[in-house]
Amino acid sequence: MSTTEHSRQSFWRQYIFSVDHKVIGLQYGLTSLSFLLLGFMLMVLMRWQLAYPGEVIPWLTFVVIFILLGLGILLLSGKSRPYLALNSLIFFGIAALIWYFSTGEERLPGGIMLPEFYNQLGAMHGTIMVFLGVVPLAVGAFGNYILPLQIGAPDMAFPRLNMASYWVYFIGGTLMIISFFLPGGAAQSGWTSYSPLADINTGQTMWLVAMLFIIVSSLLGAINFIVTTVQLRAEGMTWFRLPFFVWTQLITAFLLLLAFPSLQIGAIMQLLDRVAGASFFIPAGIIQGGKVLEYSGGGNPLLWQHLFWFLAHPEVYVLILPAIGIITEVVTNNTRKPLWGYPAMVYSLFFIGFMSFLVYAHHMFITGMGTAVTTWFQTTTLIISIPSIIFLAVIVFTLWGGSIRFTTPMLFALAWVPMFGIGGLTGLPLGLAPPDIHLHDTYYVIGHFHYIVAPGSIIAFFAGIYYWFPKICGKKLNDNLGKVHFWGTIIGMNLTFAPMLVQGMAGVSRRLYDGGLGYDHAQPVLFLNEWMTWGAWIIGIFQIFFILNIVLTLRKKSRSEENPWDATTLEWATTSPPIAHGNFITEPFVYHGPYEYNVSVNGQNVPYLPQHKKMDIED
Amino acid sequence: MDIPFSNTLLIMNNLEKPSSTNHNNRYIIIGVSLLILTILTVWTSYFTATVGVSIAIALAIATLKGSLVASFFMHLITEKKLIIVILFFTVIFLFALIFLPFSDTMNNVGIPNDY
Amino acid sequence: MEIPFTVSERPDTGLTNPKFGIWLFLASEVMLFGSLFSSYIILRTGSLDWPVQSDELNITIGAINTAILIASSLTMVLSWTALKEKQFKRFKLFIGLTILFAVLFLVLKIWLEYIPKIHHGHILSTNTFFAMYYLMTGLHALHILGGVVVMIFFWGPGSKMWQTNPDQFVNRIEVVGLYWHFVDLVWIFLFPTLYLL
Repeated sequence: MSTTEHSRQSFWRQYIFSVDHKVIGLQYGLTSLSFLLLGFMLMVLMRWQLAYPGEVIPWLTFVVIFILLGLGILLLSGKSRPYLALNSLIFFGIAALIWYFSTGEERLPGGIMLPEFYNQLGAMHGTIMVFLGVVPLAVGAFGNYILPLQIGAPDMAFPRLNMASYWVYFIGGTLMIISFFLPGGAAQSGWTSYSPLADINTGQTMWLVAMLFIIVSSLLGAINFIVTTVQLRAEGMTWFRLPFFVWTQLITAFLLLLAFPSLQIGAIMQLLDRVAGASFFIPAGIIQGGKVLEYSGGGNPLLWQHLFWFLAHPEVYVLILPAIGIITEVVTNNTRKPLWGYPAMVYSLFFIGFMSFLVYAHHMFITGMGTAVTTWFQTTTLIISIPSIIFLAVIVFTLWGGSIRFTTPMLFALAWVPMFGIGGLTGLPLGLAPPDIHLHDTYYVIGHFHYIVAPGSIIAFFAGIYYWFPKICGKKLNDNLGKVHFWGTIIGMNLTFAPMLVQGMAGVSRRLYDGGLGYDHAQPVLFLNEWMTWGAWIIGIFQIFFILNIVLTLRKKSRSEENPWDATTLEWATTSPPIAHGNFITEPFVYHGPYEYNVSVNGQNVPYLPQHKKMDIED
Repeated sequence: MDIPFSNTLLIMNNLEKPSSTNHNNRYIIIGVSLLILTILTVWTSYFTATVGVSIAIALAIATLKGSLVASFFMHLITEKKLIIVILFFTVIFLFALIFLPFSDTMNNVGIPNDY
Repeated sequence: MEIPFTVSERPDTGLTNPKFGIWLFLASEVMLFGSLFSSYIILRTGSLDWPVQSDELNITIGAINTAILIASSLTMVLSWTALKEKQFKRFKLFIGLTILFAVLFLVLKIWLEYIPKIHHGHILSTNTFFAMYYLMTGLHALHILGGVVVMIFFWGPGSKMWQTNPDQFVNRIEVVGLYWHFVDLVWIFLFPTLYLL
């Protein structure tokens, strides 16, 4: 498209209904970060209740905080940056939602949290974080923006499908938010929505409808990512010259493509149970509140769990694989060394993707499965831990002997290594059936998966944002604010999630609205509830430095160089930001692998060899 | 391209050029076979046999019919390797989806949900 | 820069983007209908009083519908070969027949199966068999409907592309055909599962 055609595009076609993967990536990024903030806020409310059960939630304080944050963004953006100023609406929106929670008698009557509302917060926190936050950020934002650039493509293979997948996600997300305002409130049966409770509980119908949209969005996106990666690689970009980030997005796309349909069916069946009186998951003679419900029966509640976890286990690899991809990019760039064991990483990716379909019922060890089935899932689960160990080992070996630059993205990437290590290791007792009997549905599980998702994936996303910000906006984020953000976040996250492992081992169950207050066995570890709430507060406060950093950086006029990190991969071979249509002024040709740092060319050391520069490497 | 071979290749190409009429006939033959197999499926279902045998026969005929549709109507028999590989793994995951949950519920088949 | 391989094949994979895309979509559809078959097996083997299916469903209509769908699959592929032979009128004839067969399938299903059953009081909430029957055949019928809509588009306004970009048009019809054959393939398994076993 010529520049004249481009400037003739209306505002709507250029920024709202754009088919450009970069615009769509930013749309995904902004929306998913907003949902992450919302999901975080829901959890802050929960954590207050857990630390001070039965006491008044200071909702007004939270409302004021968010209004002030919104005003701050407005003031800092000023009239010169109207689109930046619009982001204040996100904060005002969250403030309004918290205020809404305080109204009526069903949520915080007199400021005191009702158990039903605690359950809503819990179910929606999980749902929003997983489906509306992490995956859209990992795949929709990072994947969409970076992948075509890293393979040297002008855009995704199907640009209009790309646009469709964003807007379908947007609809699903909107429906999820709307569910808070419906009679009965939002879903409150956990993000796992187990039958038969979810079949008859309030708030679930809208959750299911929203999920149908979200799943369609993922399927459309997955098709696009796979076709793009296979078909649109620039000339010379052979498979083993791909940046590892691209590999992770490819495997992730296959997981989404082949695993989500089972939840789509499960969701349709649960929806029919709710609105059409079907009994897919409802056993005969089910009784609620002393009354026999009018269902034909004959359904199987465990069928829901099979359909759900068939997706949800591959889903957790969807949460982590893009993060591993990001970390690999940042680590190689900041150790100034090639990746140690690139083929091992790729084969491990294939292996983990394949195995992820065969392990799912380790989430169901306490449902009464027979010993043979349990043994199968236990064995496959332990086997699937091996590729993760390979990932960690390769990254550590890559760091060994490198000249490590402690840039802000690198801080996050370095911290990721031990954090993901803790997350992964704490998964092992859960993957073995006997200890899982004790640990299932306790805070140990919550600690395990939060270690992987929060100081795991989210830390990786921060690394990616600091790393690729200059690519997207032409300016580097401020390093000092970045370091403050880093330390506060990592300390806060450990303070929040480590005690969960302790509480879980003591036997404190999850999803208790009083944090274990009513149980004898929980008494010795109850004090940790307050620690964890303080940890959550610390995480929240230090995100202010991150938001401030983004606003101030976007506001300033001066730009950084086009390749401030001296990186080798193709996204840095074009302007920052890349030109609007087509990304590259001339189609790039690829001559080397992705991580040629400090290599020898004609007897001389070259600090970094961009993939598209024609030079012969000597070994 | 070496000159002596180009004529041979030209002749080979012409000989191997698929005549579309042949392909149309092939499709019609497959279509008719599918109809016959449908009649066969219904016919065999009327013989009372053990549950296992009935399922096996019905599945076998359905699989044969499906293979014909996939191989010829959907051209899988001449399709590129990448597609075949992806479908191969899809079928593996399909088997996992069908047999893993079933292996769990199989333990409890026939046990009524009594309170 | 144009997006490459939209109409031409990429040399190393031998595929166009749309061809690859539709196969990936069909792979996900395999898992979608596979989930339904898996659920069916679990619910039926776990049931104590599953009805005799051939008593509840009309095998004749099911068999006729199976034949209709097979015929439509044949006319679909013939419409594609017609285009490859540059026989536009034959293409329109065969894709028109495909649409008619598909509509006939839906008419038989709705008027001779669904509506009588509903009047008889056999609905989703009657028992798990009927719930699975309606869900499986209903989702399949929705797929047929979607295919019909797309085919009508390509029979009608979409066929203009034959004048402007014939190669791309042929490819699109092939893609539609692949989807349509898959819908037929699903029914090939659905019919014995629900009607005969």
